[in-house]
Order: sequence, then structure tokens, then C-alpha cells
Amino acid sequence: MQKLLIFAILFITYITYSSWVYTRGTDRASIMSSHQELGKQIYQEYNCQSCHQLFGLGGYLGPELTTVISDKNRGELYARILLENGAIRMPNFHLSPKQVNALIDYLKYVDANAFTYKTDGK
Amino acid sequence: MKISKSIPGTWFFIMAISSLFIGLLFGALGGLQYVLPGFLKEALSFQKIRPLHVYLVINWIFCAAAGAVYYYIPYVSGRKLYSTLLAKLHILIQLIILIWVVTGFFMGRFGGREYLEFPPYIVVLIIVAWILFMINFFVTVRPSFKEVPVYIWSWSTGLLFFLITICEAQLWLLPHFNNNIIRDITVQWKAMGSMVGSWNMLVYGSAMFVMEKITGDKGINRSKKAFFFYFLGLTNLLFNWGHHTYIVPSSELVRTISYTISMTELLILANIIYSFRKTYFKTNPHKHFLSFRIVTYAEAWILLNLVLSISISVPAINFYTHGTHITVAHAMGTTIGINTLLLLSSLVLIAEEMIGDGKLFTPYFNRSFIFLNISLLVFWLSLVGMGICKIIAVHEKNSFTEMMARLYPYFQVFSISGIFVFLGLLLVLMPVFKTFLKLGLAKQSSDPS
Repeated sequence: MQKLLIFAILFITYITYSSWVYTRGTDRASIMSSHQELGKQIYQEYNCQSCHQLFGLGGYLGPELTTVISDKNRGELYARILLENGAIRMPNFHLSPKQVNALIDYLKYVDANAFTYKTDGK
Repeated sequence: MKISKSIPGTWFFIMAISSLFIGLLFGALGGLQYVLPGFLKEALSFQKIRPLHVYLVINWIFCAAAGAVYYYIPYVSGRKLYSTLLAKLHILIQLIILIWVVTGFFMGRFGGREYLEFPPYIVVLIIVAWILFMINFFVTVRPSFKEVPVYIWSWSTGLLFFLITICEAQLWLLPHFNNNIIRDITVQWKAMGSMVGSWNMLVYGSAMFVMEKITGDKGINRSKKAFFFYFLGLTNLLFNWGHHTYIVPSSELVRTISYTISMTELLILANIIYSFRKTYFKTNPHKHFLSFRIVTYAEAWILLNLVLSISISVPAINFYTHGTHITVAHAMGTTIGINTLLLLSSLVLIAEEMIGDGKLFTPYFNRSFIFLNISLLVFWLSLVGMGICKIIAVHEKNSFTEMMARLYPYFQVFSISGIFVFLGLLLVLMPVFKTFLKLGLAKQSSDPS
């Protein structure tokens, strides 16, 4: 009985905590526009996460992209050139200009919400 | 009493080992893309190789864990498996998913998320297969949770929380989650972190059963200490995921809770050190020596990875290690060093129950096993070294190209030792694979399930 009680308490705490994480615990970001959403969809469809990270989630073969737009040494042009041409390790995905624009818009949105990266000086 | 042959269990093992061999091959090819830029860039780019590798090795863990549960539940419950038909359907659906996902990845069909890159509709099939598995488990075992040993709790928890977390991982399909990057990333880390906890519960449950079978001591899995560590593990499954999200600008409370929970792992660490000494000085098992030996090596890997895990959970250290290969070292150490070795001990125990105790303990196996562990250690250290080097490169504000050039010697060690890990696992698992293949192809009349 004692074991079932401990399990029940932990489970109820988990449900409560999850509900909080799904709402107030993560309400700091701005809401994505439909164009940025399209960029996000393309990011997933081309599996960009295989090589690139956003907020630490993703692979390591390519550079981290969370703050690629505001990074003084990289910026929008750098991202655009890579998306249009590929690189040594990155294939050219032959993206349409519309797809490139949507991806850039999505990366701008991510960058604008990367508060911890900027305050920590990364 | 001996464990009886289980046809579903045997076929799950065959599928698991096949997945691992192919998954490791993709891993080795992916490793080569680090040292040979442009290698297979157009034909099989890293964008395809990585999900193929990740999906197949995770499939190894799930299929091997499911196979072990199918073998063990008739033994622990004293009943026949509730439905062989449901188990066969489970295998069939699992096989369909495997073929569908692998073919899709080859063709460049993605659309999912990190670690679950396949299109989300495939998750429906995964859930159906899992429910069939759960029905068979719970109806066969009919657990009375007041009395059952800790491994039944562990398996039940693993089954329940995989179902919860695979559903949670699809929340991004709802606009409330998808339109808010911080919520989306946080929930993704949360779901995947707890999902890893769920498969750990399945694997650790089997490992606890193996230890009981080796020692013959039924008390170890019914003791207060065993349940204390089970509940500690459960707490970590539920709340420990957040140490991955220190850099995500969610609420400060998420980070505080995660850090506090992460530190409870120190208790597990202390227990392992204590048990290690006890095992070394007092235990002299005669039964299933090979499984015992594999578990002992896994214990050493647990120790090594816990030290790493606790270190990277400290926010001041995590600030530097986050997004470096140290996280990969942690993932590789746990999936190969801990999960794979614990599953191997289970597979070896079951295989030797079928063909005779000690039959797999040959000089060949011994040499291969040592070769595997040395290769894995070099592989693990190369990843840690790569992570440290990356931290220095970021600190010195190197560009990505400069950093990749700096990491190149580590990539070489990582790539070569990765191939050796592949070869080591191939050598170690081949006799086990052959044993189960023979069992699977033998006449089914001897199947008691």
C-alpha cells in the first residue's frame, strides 16, 4: 500500500508539474507567424536538426543556429548563402527562394527568443 | 527452474541484433563523414545517416528489452503468455514500422523531430504495437503491486511511461506548443528525457531479474533498498530531464527542480561504489558467470557515466559543456556502455538457459568482449576530449571552420574507435545471434508460450 501511495504522489506531482511546464513555465516566447511556422516545417522536413542545433537540440556536424542571425561574424547573409549553395559537408538541397525566405524568417524568430544566449554573452 | 523458450522473445532478439548491426554500420559511416568531408555527401548525407543510425540503435534497445520481457514474464508469473497472437502482431507491426521508417529515411522523408525524425503518423502504429505489448504483459503477470518484486514495478513503469512520453513527444502538432519555440523545445526535451527513463526502466528491470537469477537470492529484489532506488529512479525519470534545458529560457523553477533532482543521483553513485566493493570481495558466482561478468562491466560504465552526468548537471559546468560532444559522450556511454551491456547480459543468460550454462563463455567471447570495452573507452574519451576542445575553441571565439580544424585529430580517433566498437559488438553478439537464429528457425513445437 505504501509503495502504491508513493507512486500515486509522484504521478500526481508529475501531472501537476507537466501542466505548469505546458503553460506558465514556458510562456516567455513570442508567438510564431504563419510564415515562420512554414520555415519551421521546412526545417523539420529537411531534417536540418541532424547537423544543426537549436537551443542545444540537434547534431554537431554543422554550426549551432540559435543565434546565427544576430551573430556579428555570421548573420542573415551567411545563412542565406549556405541555404542556397550548400557547403563542404552540407548538400545543396535546391531550396526555392520561398523556402529559403521562410527558413530565414524562422531563424530570425528563434534568435529573437534566445534570451539566455544573449544575457550569458554566448 | 529454467526459463522456457519463447518464440516472440526469440524473434524480437533476432530483430534487435539485426537492427544493431545495421545501425552501427550507419554509425561508422557517419563517423567517417567527420574526417572525410564530402564522403557520401550527395548519395547518403549525414542528414540521412544520423537518423538511420539513431533509429536503428534505439530499435535495438526496445526490441531486445521487449524480447527479454517476453521470455521472463511466463517464468516470473508461472503462467503461459496471455496471447501468442497479440505477440505475433506486435512483432509484425514492429517489423512494418522498421521497414517503413528505414525506407523513408533513405528516400529523405522526414517531418518529425530530433530522435523521432519520421513523419508523425507512424507514431500511431508505434502506439498500437505498444498497447498490444502492454496487454500481454499485464494480463499475463496480473501484478499485485503490494507483493511483486521490484523488476515487475520497473517493467510496468517502463511500459506506462513509454506510452505517455511518445504521446507527449507529439504535442508539437498542436498550435499551443508549435507556435511557441520555448515551450516546444522544453516539452521536446521533457518528453525525450523521460522516454529515455522509460526504456531504462525496461532494461534495468531485466538486469535486476538477471542478478536474481545469477545469485538465486530472491530477497535482493524485494528489499527496502531495492525499492528506494526504484523510486529514486522514477523521480529522475519524471523530473530529471530539465538538466538539458538550462540554456532554454523557460522558468527559473524548471532549472532549479532539475538541478536538485539531478543531484539525487549522487545517492545512486554512492550505492554503486559500495556495491562494487561488496561484489568484488564477497561474490563468487558459479552460475551464469558470463552474464555476471557483463553486468560487472556495465556497473563500471554506470559509475563512469554518473560522474559525467552529475558533473554536467551543475549549472556552472553545464554552461560550458552544453552543446558540446560531452553530451554525446554521455549518450553513447549510457546507450552502449550501460543499456547495451545490460541487455547483452540478459540475452546471454537466456541463450545459455537454452543451450547450456557456460556454452558461450569461450576464449573468443572473452577476447572480443575486452576488445569491445577498450574500444568503447577510447571512443568515449575521444568524445570527452572533443567536448573540452570545443569549449576552448568557443572561449577563444574561433569560427566554426577553425573549430572543426582544431577538432580534427579527435575526429580521427572517434571515427576509428567507433569502427572498432562496431566490430567489437559484431564479434560479441555474433554467437548470441546465431543461437537465437537457430532457436527461431527450429520447429515451434517446443514453444511453451
